[in-house]
Amino acid sequence: MFAYVVRRLGATFVVMTVVAFVVFSLLYFTPGDPAAILAGDAATDDDIRRIRAKLGLDEPFFVRFGGWVWALLHGDLGTSIFTNLPVTHLIGQRVEPTLALTLCTLLVSVAIAVPLGVIAAARVGTWLDRAVMAFSVLGFSVPVFVLAYILILTFSIQLDWLPVQGYRPIREGVWQWLRHLILPSIALGTVYIALIARITRASMLDVLAQDYIRTAQAKGLSSNAVLTSHALKNAAVPIMTIIGIGIALLIGGAIVTETVFAIPGIGRLTVDAILRRDYPIIQGVILMFSAIYVIINLVVDLSYMFFDPRIRY
Amino acid sequence: MTTAAIDRLPKSVSPTWQFFSDAFRRHPTAIVGGVVLLLMILIAIFAPWLGTVDPQAVAPVRRLKPPSAEFWFGSDMLGRDVYSRVLYGARVSLAIGIAVALFSTLVGLAIGLVTGFIRWLDAIVMRIMDGLMSIPPVLLAIALMALTRASIENVILAITLAEVPRVVRLVRSLVLTLREQPYVEAAVAAGTTLPRILVRHILPNTMAPLLVQATYVCASAMITEAILSFIGAGTPPNIPSWGNIMAEARSLFQIAGYLILFPGIFLSLTVLSVNLLGDGMRDALDPRLARRM
Amino acid sequence: MLKLFRSTGRGATAVMLAAALLSGAAIAQQKVLKFIPQADLRILDPIATTAYITRNHGYMVYDTLFAMDEKFQVKPQMIDKWELSKDNLTYTFTLRDGLKFHDGQPVRSADCIASLERWSKRDALGQKLAEAAEGWTAVNDNTFRLKLKKPFPLTLEALAKPSSNVPFIMPERVAKTDAFKNIEDVTGSGPFKMVKAEWVPGSKVVYVKNTDYVPRKEPPSWASGGKVVKVDRVEWIYIPDSATAAAALNAGEADIWEQLPPDLIPVLARNKDITVTNIDQLGSMGMIRFNFLHPPFNNQKMRQALLYMVNQQDYVIGIAGDPKNGYPCYSYFTCGTPLSSEVGAEPLKGKRDLEKAKQLVKEAGYKGEKIVIINATDQPIVNAQSLLTLDILKKMGLNAEIQAGDWGTLITRRAVKEPIDKGGWSIFHTWLVGPDMVNPAVNFPIRGTGEKAWFGWPTDPKMEELREVWFNAADVASSKRAADAVQRHAFDFVPIIPTGRFILPSAYRSNITGLIIAPINLLWNVEKK
Repeated sequence: MFAYVVRRLGATFVVMTVVAFVVFSLLYFTPGDPAAILAGDAATDDDIRRIRAKLGLDEPFFVRFGGWVWALLHGDLGTSIFTNLPVTHLIGQRVEPTLALTLCTLLVSVAIAVPLGVIAAARVGTWLDRAVMAFSVLGFSVPVFVLAYILILTFSIQLDWLPVQGYRPIREGVWQWLRHLILPSIALGTVYIALIARITRASMLDVLAQDYIRTAQAKGLSSNAVLTSHALKNAAVPIMTIIGIGIALLIGGAIVTETVFAIPGIGRLTVDAILRRDYPIIQGVILMFSAIYVIINLVVDLSYMFFDPRIRY
Repeated sequence: MTTAAIDRLPKSVSPTWQFFSDAFRRHPTAIVGGVVLLLMILIAIFAPWLGTVDPQAVAPVRRLKPPSAEFWFGSDMLGRDVYSRVLYGARVSLAIGIAVALFSTLVGLAIGLVTGFIRWLDAIVMRIMDGLMSIPPVLLAIALMALTRASIENVILAITLAEVPRVVRLVRSLVLTLREQPYVEAAVAAGTTLPRILVRHILPNTMAPLLVQATYVCASAMITEAILSFIGAGTPPNIPSWGNIMAEARSLFQIAGYLILFPGIFLSLTVLSVNLLGDGMRDALDPRLARRM
Repeated sequence: MLKLFRSTGRGATAVMLAAALLSGAAIAQQKVLKFIPQADLRILDPIATTAYITRNHGYMVYDTLFAMDEKFQVKPQMIDKWELSKDNLTYTFTLRDGLKFHDGQPVRSADCIASLERWSKRDALGQKLAEAAEGWTAVNDNTFRLKLKKPFPLTLEALAKPSSNVPFIMPERVAKTDAFKNIEDVTGSGPFKMVKAEWVPGSKVVYVKNTDYVPRKEPPSWASGGKVVKVDRVEWIYIPDSATAAAALNAGEADIWEQLPPDLIPVLARNKDITVTNIDQLGSMGMIRFNFLHPPFNNQKMRQALLYMVNQQDYVIGIAGDPKNGYPCYSYFTCGTPLSSEVGAEPLKGKRDLEKAKQLVKEAGYKGEKIVIINATDQPIVNAQSLLTLDILKKMGLNAEIQAGDWGTLITRRAVKEPIDKGGWSIFHTWLVGPDMVNPAVNFPIRGTGEKAWFGWPTDPKMEELREVWFNAADVASSKRAADAVQRHAFDFVPIIPTGRFILPSAYRSNITGLIIAPINLLWNVEKK
């Protein structure tokens, strides 16, 4: 198993190098000049040329790439062109909201989706099953921002139950923190709930058709006990896989959710940086996202051993 | 779903009309999906003859009129007719959905087939695909859109690039299973050339799952287009698409909700129908596939 | 995963926790003004950029030597007294007492000189002043002198320039920074201090009252007069989505919204606790800008043809939504200010005339050259104008198309001097706030200095001559005459086409009083109950 982890980490390194190179060259060839944006509407060509020189943006490709990688190896993601703040600092400021949003969404989604999927599988073919499936297809079909606006309109403006926007750090009170997360988590979680519910249902059906479940049922175990202790545990592997793969989906959705709910998270940071061509931030964030993705999927793979002892590395 | 019955079917079946019609009889939702999708395609094709006006014609004096006999779906902030825009918008959203599904399937198929057989290439290509996959698709598409000029071709390119790795993974996993099959091993042993093996034995057997995957790619591409337009990096505003009609109206959703409602309903209905169709095909073609997706 | 989070966040959390414990209780009793700004503050250097949000930040933390009041009169702000020698060549300025930077150091002549020198390297009017000047010298710590080579009647107007770039006074060590490099140090001598540790770009900027600030005794008028701060803390909360911002104000999560799309007025008007008002009464001006290097708009007749087609009523409604917030303005100078007039404006003001326009196109010898409008879809004001102009060009039967991108793309693309087929452009749209178009000195789009001019690069020596006449005008009447001549020529040469004036309203909750009516949102004098 240790060898496996080392091998996976090695592969991770290769993947990250690919990502770093792709992202850097992508941005290098992007038409869009932070110097022009920085100078403002009234600036002349000459002003912009001088700013570009000051920022070192007119250096050749490999000089800039080399410089960036060298700094990266020292744990330095560079400095934002606009705010002059270190990228690590900017990311650090925004880790909490995004982490809170994604974790909350993940918890809510799993808490809702897994039981839904299990129930649908247990009552396969009934109206309950059809309702769950219908919901899951619908969840895929409504864009997250449409859903977000409907939620704000209903729960914040009409009913006035929950705040419209913003984020409160957890240190300012758990209740306030939670209140600000409810609507964004529901909006963001719907696709995820749909996805996990479908997979749970499908893998439960798969497992329920296996011989040992039939044996357990024949032994006279109650159907609830069969469902939870036998079937669900074995269905966990595909469910975990989809949670890992879904992280990319979640991060993509978080960008939109953070925009609508004005949550100062990493998604917003990235979109803003792209619109302004703030290269160091874009490079840093994309690299970080892909690292998270890779790490989570590594963790997911390792979790298989817990859920399914037959899997050995 | 009558799993037991379908389970007994052979593992891969070439999709024949008889098979489809049987399957659809068992899956009424898929039929509904197919009909709605067909309707949308007809709307897109015949948009100019469905009582529409020029969807780009601006007239600020008639701005923000609620739905009425003159403006069936109301008018937007520049006085454009939303009914016409939504109908013409069907062209863009469907074209993007279908084009992305087609291109990402073709490209993914080509890469997946080759890498499934050539091991040294596999290692390299899969690392690149892992890298691409680890960047959230929306983020990748936004970055690509910022890189290029806003145009429909570029939206298609950006979303395709984000979807390809997923198709490659699917094809590769199918190929890896198929090449262990006795008849493929036999063909290899008999000295059949690689292109011939791919075309004769592998390709036909990847068709069914790929078709299903293509419907999901199509649905998700339409949603991604809407998200890109929402962020401001999508279809150019002079071409109406459901995504950018909603994006332009998003600050007005409290006073002119119809601007989001109509394109939103059309988009959701279309995506829903494509998803239903995909589900129906999946169940019909290979019930085991349902679990892998 | 939870464990992972806890361990990585520990260092930062400890600092935040300490800050929270120290300030948490105090904040509760403080008066905190929550302000939704028009844009996100990214750049802290009001000299390095002309971005309005950075200018507004400048007004929070910095002070100016002079300031313009609502009657366009120059009033002293940091200056106590000043005199001009008889030969009009030497100004002597004396600072008023008690001026201190946020770090406790007194404001000295050297700080003022360094700040003004840096400013005059970037600002157009500042450059003009620098051309006329021999140099600045410090007489002592609070008196300094400006010697001119030739009289420059606009000297005080330049030092009181209300909009970008504003000659803010910074400490000498900061002002010594290269003018093409961003400053990071936010030490000023203004009425607020920025709390840089709490700055979250893209979300929040925090200012606290500068308790050491000594305001003038006069009542505030625009940026002149006493800057009396009546709250303890100001938080700028940036909300990118305007529907969300409206909802936040409605719910009382914010006190003031600086600039709202007029379409949202009805949403806020339903709430009796909210007042929608025009704090900025000058408004902004939209414009069509041509590329003068390439066909077809290198031809004067083509530009004139468009003048007969642009219907400002359409543009202002397209931009401002509500007809109450958009007005036609048939002038190259901001309507409602002394130099604005309708001299020479007939082609733009009269009946819209497609026949005349088509005839001019014919006279211009238009051969179907492709016209490319570059558009920024993330800027509604640019987007609306682009679509309207495309509509006009199509009506005229011209071969026109829109190429869309975001603002970041537009601003880069418009710097391309190549012809259309090599990535060039024909037309772009933008807008400027009223104070940036009040006179020939600040109005940069009309300038005709060719390669050195603003994007589009018109060569118009006559315009430069007429501007020079205006600069040297000694009295109000001759200044007005010279400005009229500039405008008459502008309507003939057509450097830009003004598309009308629009006002973006502000909104505030009923517990807020004392907002200063000015083209810039100034947050002193504002009270929260």
